[in-house]
Amino acid sequence: MSGHEIAIPMRAKFFTTGTKVLLLIALAGIATYVYRFFVGLGAVTNLDNQYPWGLWISIDVASGVALAAGGFTTAAIADIFHKDKYHVITRPALLTALLGYTFVVIGLLADLGRWYNVWHPMLPNMWQGNSALFEVGMCVMVYLTVLYIEFVPIVVERFKGRVNLPGALAGLNKLIEGLLNLADKTLVRFTSLFIIAGVVLSCLHQSSLGTLMIIAPTKVHALWGTTISPLLFLMSAIAVGFPMVIFESILASRSFKLKPEVNVLSSLARYTPFLLGAYLAFKIGDITIREIWPLVFTFDKYSTMWLIEMIFGVIVPMIILAIPKYRKKVAGLFTAASLVIAGVALNRIDAYLVAYKPLYVDHAYFPSIFEITVTAGLIATLVLVYRAIVMIFPIISVPVDEAEKIKNGTHEKINFARWK
Amino acid sequence: MSLKRRDFLGIAALSSATLVTGKATASEAPAHNPDALGVLVDTAVCSGCRKCEWACNRTHELTDRPMSTFEDKTVFELHRRPDRDAFTVVNQFIAPENPEKPYAIKVQCMHCLRPACVSACIVGALEKTPEGPVIYDAWKCIGCRYCIVACPFQIPAYEYDEALAPEVKKCSFCYERVVKEGKLPACTEICPNEALTFGRRDELIDIAHSRIKNHPGMYYDHVYGEHEVGGTSWLYLTPTDFKNTELPDVGTEVGPDITEPIQHGVFKAFVPPLALYGLLGLAMHQFKGEKDKAEETE
Ligand code: SF4
Ligand code: SF4
Ligand code: SF4
Repeated sequence: MSGHEIAIPMRAKFFTTGTKVLLLIALAGIATYVYRFFVGLGAVTNLDNQYPWGLWISIDVASGVALAAGGFTTAAIADIFHKDKYHVITRPALLTALLGYTFVVIGLLADLGRWYNVWHPMLPNMWQGNSALFEVGMCVMVYLTVLYIEFVPIVVERFKGRVNLPGALAGLNKLIEGLLNLADKTLVRFTSLFIIAGVVLSCLHQSSLGTLMIIAPTKVHALWGTTISPLLFLMSAIAVGFPMVIFESILASRSFKLKPEVNVLSSLARYTPFLLGAYLAFKIGDITIREIWPLVFTFDKYSTMWLIEMIFGVIVPMIILAIPKYRKKVAGLFTAASLVIAGVALNRIDAYLVAYKPLYVDHAYFPSIFEITVTAGLIATLVLVYRAIVMIFPIISVPVDEAEKIKNGTHEKINFARWK
Repeated sequence: MSLKRRDFLGIAALSSATLVTGKATASEAPAHNPDALGVLVDTAVCSGCRKCEWACNRTHELTDRPMSTFEDKTVFELHRRPDRDAFTVVNQFIAPENPEKPYAIKVQCMHCLRPACVSACIVGALEKTPEGPVIYDAWKCIGCRYCIVACPFQIPAYEYDEALAPEVKKCSFCYERVVKEGKLPACTEICPNEALTFGRRDELIDIAHSRIKNHPGMYYDHVYGEHEVGGTSWLYLTPTDFKNTELPDVGTEVGPDITEPIQHGVFKAFVPPLALYGLLGLAMHQFKGEKDKAEETE
């Protein structure tokens, strides 16, 4: 940890107008989610034999995994390349990844017809090394475990020597204390091994998500269906990592009335134009080599989506972040980060949904109200859980001299309006 | 200055490592069984009687609709596709060469030689048997429906209305009857017009080509399924360019030949992932050393 910042649990009222709205959305989502398991996929989704994958796979799973990339990219820069000033954001990034992947799995369960068999890929007699989906499944499962292990030190820091369960549970105090001590002596010592494993696993499944759709070359529009799709998926995941951390750090500061970490965030944002630029170069190179530029300018559904993705998701944020004047302002950072995030999410929706062309179609797919409710509900729940966790665990870093005041609730509340 | 360069080196190391791991190596095609079975569908002689639909329906206990409901020809106005309760359907098409006389075509799973559905399945619930049929094991299935995404012929159907144990449904080439009991597939057995010929795939291809040769003007000179997506166990003869029928123009590219080399390249004996792990470990160590030095000289 760098000397001037310390991670502490946030102090605030959990329920604000915003969180109450989120809670309503979350409850609606959870209710629909539960309902789905009683009535089956047909009753709640608009999926059919023409469109076997819809909103849940393209947003909850594909976009979810991409947007959780902040975890491994931040771990790489802070812990592997030892850029210590970024340590203040490794914990929020870790938490985003951990919750992101947890919700990917929760979302995926709803989409699986036989969700209770979700563990089957672990059985050696069912291993299927030819399937990109098998690799994604295995990597996500292992990576999720790694993320929880990486979180252990934070739990240890928070509760070691302080376990004090009330009433009937008091008998467990000793046991839990013992477990925390054990974890401290074992897992915590080897965190770096897990961090590297996390980066490797991420590279593997982020790219494999790009392999999935190209197994059906005649059913995927050429703008997205390319053999280098796995590389493009990996590059865009790496590019969206830091913007995701920036986006979420600014929102957290706003919500807890803290001073945003503009310095750290804008120096993190320096990398983004290069990462986006590399992605853009490969995209353009691929289109050029395959000689499909005419498809880009037909201005049909496909070319329009592709152009939106590239212009607003890649080129505009690249320019904003390349200009120091904008990069050093909260507004510039936030706008650019949001654009990159929307761009990558749109790319996943395009690759999985828009670009998918069934051979025989009698109607277009549009998600049902239930599908939308579940997706919105999952996102709302994620935000609420995130908020709860940063209020319980030391995740968000603040200057040491502020920390004491925040604990007492006497710190200066910074207003969003004064950020400029 | 030097700091900036290091940032770049680090990123370059990461991305080049994945470039290497992403590099494709060719996967070997599975050994071809010369005795593998197939069916030749001759759409020039199919009368569109739909008896095959009925036989399939009865054999697989799909619905309890009586024979008479299958004699209804108005269904030809719809464009039906195989579904959970109809593994095969007969549709009509018009050959531009002879617009007066509509033809009929029976469609079902093609039982591809390199089936994308099998390659896609996350748990190996779908299997290409050496005898030819592509069969499904519901017990393994997790219901992800990636097989449906992958199939180049849009064949597998899903039981979306099943809440507890939905299954992927498609023609099984009557695996039990054909391989275990040595019988004909139900549709082939009932076909009154010899529109369906069951046999060794190799021989069927010869038969198909000689029919084309011996009946000039009757067939379009192409055995559909001989090379499509790497070859299929079910083969078609058509009186007109197959593009005028509902057979899709899928080309000869094999879907799994795109994805499997990538998968195998990435996991070649686990070397690429381990190499990346080692590289990152080295970087971690290296950069830590440099940082310590920097701190000392400060
Ligand atoms: S036609 Fe489709 S379902 Fe049948 S074997 Fe080929 S890929 Fe599989
Ligand atoms: S739905 Fe079942 S059979 Fe199809 S790919 Fe998924 S697990 Fe395999
Ligand atoms: S039973 Fe034979 S003739 Fe009748 S529709 Fe089926 S394939 Fe055609």
